[in-house]
Amino acid sequence: MNLSISLTVNGVRRDVELSDPRVTLLDLLRERLDLTGTKKGCDRGQCGACTILVDGRRINSCLALAISHDGADILTIEGVARGDQLHPVQAAFIAHDGFQCGFCTPGQIMSAIGLIQEAQAGDDPERIREGMSGNLCRCGAYAGITEAVRDAQQTLATANQRRSA
Amino acid sequence: MKNFEYFRPTTVSDAVAAAAVPGAAYLASGTNLLDLMKGGVTRPNRLVDVTRLPGLDRIEHLADGGIRIGALVRNADLAHDPDFAKSCPAVAEALLSGASAQLRNAATVGGNLLQRTRCGYFYDTASRCNKREPGIGCDARHGENRLHAVLGWSETCIATHPSDFCVPLAALDAIVEIEGRAGRREVALEALYRLPGDTPERENVLEPGDLIVALRLPAAARAFSAHARYLKVRERTSYAFAVVSAAACLRIEAGKIREARLALGGVAARPWRAHAAEKLLAGANTDAAAFHRAAEAALAEAKPSGDNLFKIELAKRIIVRALTLAAAGTPARMPALPASLFASVSGVLHDA
Repeated sequence: MNLSISLTVNGVRRDVELSDPRVTLLDLLRERLDLTGTKKGCDRGQCGACTILVDGRRINSCLALAISHDGADILTIEGVARGDQLHPVQAAFIAHDGFQCGFCTPGQIMSAIGLIQEAQAGDDPERIREGMSGNLCRCGAYAGITEAVRDAQQTLATANQRRSA
Repeated sequence: MKNFEYFRPTTVSDAVAAAAVPGAAYLASGTNLLDLMKGGVTRPNRLVDVTRLPGLDRIEHLADGGIRIGALVRNADLAHDPDFAKSCPAVAEALLSGASAQLRNAATVGGNLLQRTRCGYFYDTASRCNKREPGIGCDARHGENRLHAVLGWSETCIATHPSDFCVPLAALDAIVEIEGRAGRREVALEALYRLPGDTPERENVLEPGDLIVALRLPAAARAFSAHARYLKVRERTSYAFAVVSAAACLRIEAGKIREARLALGGVAARPWRAHAAEKLLAGANTDAAAFHRAAEAALAEAKPSGDNLFKIELAKRIIVRALTLAAAGTPARMPALPASLFASVSGVLHDA
């Protein structure tokens, strides 16, 4: 059986020959493509540390078989900044102390980018908390995370308004 | 995880043929299946990936007023479809009260219907579980079982069906479209699931190779859209399975209930439709006395399967709360905490 797949990862086409159909997107990113920014926390879909965007939607990469995602467009934490210019969500996490140890942070940031794109929460802190509930933070930086997401949401909304004006 | 053969058919008939062999399993998003496979709970020899099958990812509004939802529609897409959420608000609320945003973006309608119980003994391969290994025994029966079934359970299995989505679906007479070796057939969602009896390993009426291709809500489901709620008690504010949940849908005319639909989640091996309670509610006033009578009727047959007597009283209270909220009217906007008992408005009492 042919187990080769093509993915677009952070804008770059990657052709990968899988040794085994059991490989998850998470393991493929970390072990085959050396993109270790995406973290393996629980590996069971419970903690959100492995959150990435697949075709623009946030998912848990630990519960996604790579072979099933042939042709997908993937965005990971390594692909969100532009050179030295941080993504507005990254900058907001720093400004609002949205982390302590940092292990959950790539997943938090990818989830926040997904949340803002989904446009369901606006700047309502309760809706942001609910929308981010799939990302656990054992340091308990939730207050800062909520503020960071609110701030980044506003920054991005303002930027969008300026672009469409 | 045990290794497996991977198939990705491009037609439904090829999928059915590939999945009809012993040891085969369908793979959609895999949010439940991969978890089970990683734990060695499920050990398929072959995965038949249905994610590329054409035509199963659409939400269709049928000429007769019904809604047809393809089995591959993602939970989030269904919940946020404006027409669907307006027609079936309790279903949208149930969907958004389940799992996390990441999981809802991936999880499919068909997969949700066929997700497995979250009984800890089913997941723990060092424990005895009749679902995993028929005849070996049930360690839940005398184990940690405060979250287990209070309706429809048997000595062989006291597990519950974990879905939120399926609870309002059962209440609204949803129909499941199945493609199998003998062609297409339809089953009422309520009749899709078997109670455990002596064969808890047989959880539904599907035969080998059977593929759920769509879910249909009849036109009559829309009649409840003005008074429809889903309410779910869980052990943390968000991202947890139901301890007990209820879907309550009412058709109210001139201050009286013309027709009621009521179903419970987290109490049995299937979403539990409360037919007797619905009959009592038809023609009744929208008052607490009527809601309490309905709650008593819904739980009349309930008995604890372990350390879970509290769930019977809890279910009654949740029914009264859900009916009260439904009678008050479907909220204009989805609550910030869908299906939650907790108010998100600052200063409002939690138990108000």
